[in-house]
Amino acid sequence: MVAGNIPSREEVYQALVERHGENLQRKLSRVSVAVCGLGGLGSNIAVLLVRAGVWNIHIIDFDKVDISNINRQQYFIEQIGQYKTNALYENLLKIMPYADIKRTCVKLSENNIPAVLENADIICEAFDNAESKAELVNCVLEKMPEKYLVSSSGMAGFGDTNLIKTKQITEKFYMCGDGESDIADGMGLVSTRVAVCAGHQAHKVIQIINGSVEND
Amino acid sequence: MVKINGEKIHADGKNILEILADMDYSEKRVAVELNKQIVPKSKYSDTTLKDGDSVEIVKFVGGG
Repeated sequence: MVAGNIPSREEVYQALVERHGENLQRKLSRVSVAVCGLGGLGSNIAVLLVRAGVWNIHIIDFDKVDISNINRQQYFIEQIGQYKTNALYENLLKIMPYADIKRTCVKLSENNIPAVLENADIICEAFDNAESKAELVNCVLEKMPEKYLVSSSGMAGFGDTNLIKTKQITEKFYMCGDGESDIADGMGLVSTRVAVCAGHQAHKVIQIINGSVEND
Repeated sequence: MVKINGEKIHADGKNILEILADMDYSEKRVAVELNKQIVPKSKYSDTTLKDGDSVEIVKFVGGG
């Protein structure tokens, strides 16, 4: 490969097939994953997924990139002030120009969640506000029980990263985090610990997709 | 006896709202599963626990 030349879609896809095998890569590139909230969790989840070959990602947030986000979120300093949906869209396509990235700049609430998330196979809850997290999870579990849901709670502070776990709650609902470390207790959010939790969520998404291949 | 988050507790006859208050959970920051089924928030006060029930209370804290 000559430096500066972007490989073709086929070349990139074949490189992923070599890693994952034909069947898994076909699934990875087609399954639709929605990432709700594009902060420390969501921006990392989306980057991890698109690198892993998940090519159908719907990114959702209402907020703009702030200087306080740069410590842990996947934005560049010159993107401060841009809508996170637009900035992350650009960054994801820079990593993987052949990915199909859909962006929706909206504040999710009970009223619009079913419509916005209608086409997702797997939903990642990646909000920062505890009540918004609960609202999304309750809404998806009640109104969209057919969806896989990967949520998170507890990743603030400097505590041990080994306390962060993935727990299966019901057949299609998973929780990641330590369950306790609350930003409201005065603990800041540290890039490393938030990224570990985002890694748990993204990995569970990949496991779900891999499991669906094995069950075919 | 009712199993709440894996622990056996005398909660028979109480509803979900009472349990959340007893255990110091904020109603707006939880999701509650009863025998692996989500309990809609609107049903918390009408959902009375009985012997053998298994309840999972998922708590949400801030940060992300």
